[in-house]
Amino acid sequence: MSGFVLTKDQRDLKRLAAEFGKQVMLPAAKEYDLLGETPLEIYKQAVEIGFASVTLPAEYGGLGLDMTTQCLLTEELSRWEAGITNALGASSLASKPIMIAGSPAQKQYAVDMIQSGHLAAFGLTEPDAGSDAAALKTTAVRRDGGYVLNGRKCFITNAPYASFFVIFAKTQKNIGTHGITAFLVEADRPGVSVGRHEDKMGLRLSAAADVILENVFVPEENRLGEEGKGFVIAMKTLDASRAEVAAAAVGIAQSALDQSVEYTKNRICFGKPISKLQAVQFMLADMEIQTQAARSLVYHAAELIDNGLPYGLMCAAAKCMAGDTAMKVTTDAVQIFSGYGYMRDYPIEKLMRDAKLFQIFEGTNQIQRVVVSGALLR
Amino acid sequence: MKILVCVKQVPDTTEIKIDPVTNTLIRTGVPSIMNPFDAYAVEQALRLKEAAGGTVSVVSMGPPQAMSILTDALAMGADEAHLITDRRFGGSDTLATSYILSCAVRQLGPFDVILCGKQAIDGDTGQVGPEMAEHLGIAQVTYVSQLRPDGDRLEAVREHPDRQEILSVALPAVITVVKGEERPRFETIRGRLKANRQEIGILDREALPVEDEKIGLTGSPTKVKRTFTPERHAECVWVEGESAKDQAKALCQALSRAHVI
Repeated sequence: MSGFVLTKDQRDLKRLAAEFGKQVMLPAAKEYDLLGETPLEIYKQAVEIGFASVTLPAEYGGLGLDMTTQCLLTEELSRWEAGITNALGASSLASKPIMIAGSPAQKQYAVDMIQSGHLAAFGLTEPDAGSDAAALKTTAVRRDGGYVLNGRKCFITNAPYASFFVIFAKTQKNIGTHGITAFLVEADRPGVSVGRHEDKMGLRLSAAADVILENVFVPEENRLGEEGKGFVIAMKTLDASRAEVAAAAVGIAQSALDQSVEYTKNRICFGKPISKLQAVQFMLADMEIQTQAARSLVYHAAELIDNGLPYGLMCAAAKCMAGDTAMKVTTDAVQIFSGYGYMRDYPIEKLMRDAKLFQIFEGTNQIQRVVVSGALLR
Repeated sequence: MKILVCVKQVPDTTEIKIDPVTNTLIRTGVPSIMNPFDAYAVEQALRLKEAAGGTVSVVSMGPPQAMSILTDALAMGADEAHLITDRRFGGSDTLATSYILSCAVRQLGPFDVILCGKQAIDGDTGQVGPEMAEHLGIAQVTYVSQLRPDGDRLEAVREHPDRQEILSVALPAVITVVKGEERPRFETIRGRLKANRQEIGILDREALPVEDEKIGLTGSPTKVKRTFTPERHAECVWVEGESAKDQAKALCQALSRAHVI
């Protein structure tokens, strides 16, 4: 794979994602958007096809495919429905710290759980610690061959349905990020509970909630990597996952663009289709240019990951660009659809609500700029 | 249970254009897919295999590019695939096609069950499956929506416009299927990656014991003069009569005139 020339496998898998997205995910969008729930049957069907297994290592039973293929599939699924895609992405996000730092037993557990349809969740954010991970308040105290965890995580995607969490907690205070350790916490451990289902603006087919930890005992074998390495594990995880998130944002932008092009050819105004108006033509051109530019960054970032080259800056750039582009392009699509764009009976406003989260989660776009400028000024 | 599915590559459109001069289909510029009824046949075959064990083979006759729908069937879960392809098979009508297919079945078989879609959406004849059963001299059940293994037989639900028929079928048999309730499954990523690397057997004129006068244009007596959709109409006739006896008599006469009884 070089640039945009897809292999036969990639073309075939992209077509599979398109068929599944169009035939299964899209028809559920309206109902579950109103409910604000994940259609779990569809999630499980996606898992059976293999959409949750793409980058899971082959030695543990995953597909072991590259990040480029992952981004292709994420983009295509997201083009049809970004919420379910995000639920799949959140399970993938939770698997990453385990693949980065876990023991063989932990890795096998995560792969088996995810491939059998269980959801997983990545628990870093807290009410007072989002971008500023050093401010985490959740604690893990050593006791009886293990640790006791206490604290509260918030806005945790997949939390209402997750079978296991990756939780970041402080094993040592007053040394900032060096005191953070990662743990694998099964959802059925005594003391683990999930808070109120958040009523989100968009991406409503993926659910988020608080995760509350009250004297949760986990044995030592549930620790991921060494004590104090949690922050490094979290940053490595987010560095790599940003390409996937960016791909999903490109999918949303592409959907808004495709629907806008069709609409302008059929919407008659002043006796002719609005696609004949240069004001509209230039909006469409800008939407296309921006979407393609964002896509280029995404696949460049994925290519760096696949080739073992430094990718931190490019992944942050891609996530920032793709999130901002999705917001811009969906906002323009609403403008093109005008009244119909603003009405909930039509599919366009959902894209704009879905897009907004891509400027916020997995590192706000301000944080992405911190990463990019940090790399420049190092 | 050894199961064979016959699949055909067709243009992906319901708006098929017909060459006004030759009365044949214009195929250029139209993407090709597996005939939708054949995809249902593959699904039925995979379900039979899951219920009764065995293997699912897939066969298609067509140009080399028909290989792609065989790969699609492998990606869905079929075990092996064969393409019947030779320029000398070109121009075959349903009689010649079903003859060549029956020779391939003998060559690849024996099979317990041979599944086909009820018809292809391009030619719409619905003849190849039944004709193949005749060439092979085995039982056939057409328009089947459900299949269940039943000892050394199959239980088949046959769809009529107004009713269903449940049949017990001795094997081997040719079954042609309609769109059942269970839609063709999605392929899996793993299945696709494996299928893309799987060898597809080629059966050409040399590989098949066919008689040359029965294949291709020579073996095809069909001449297409015109294609059209037959008009279906039903009218309601009130049977008049003083008494029930008179009405019954009038009804019998009417049915007799219509050659129903």
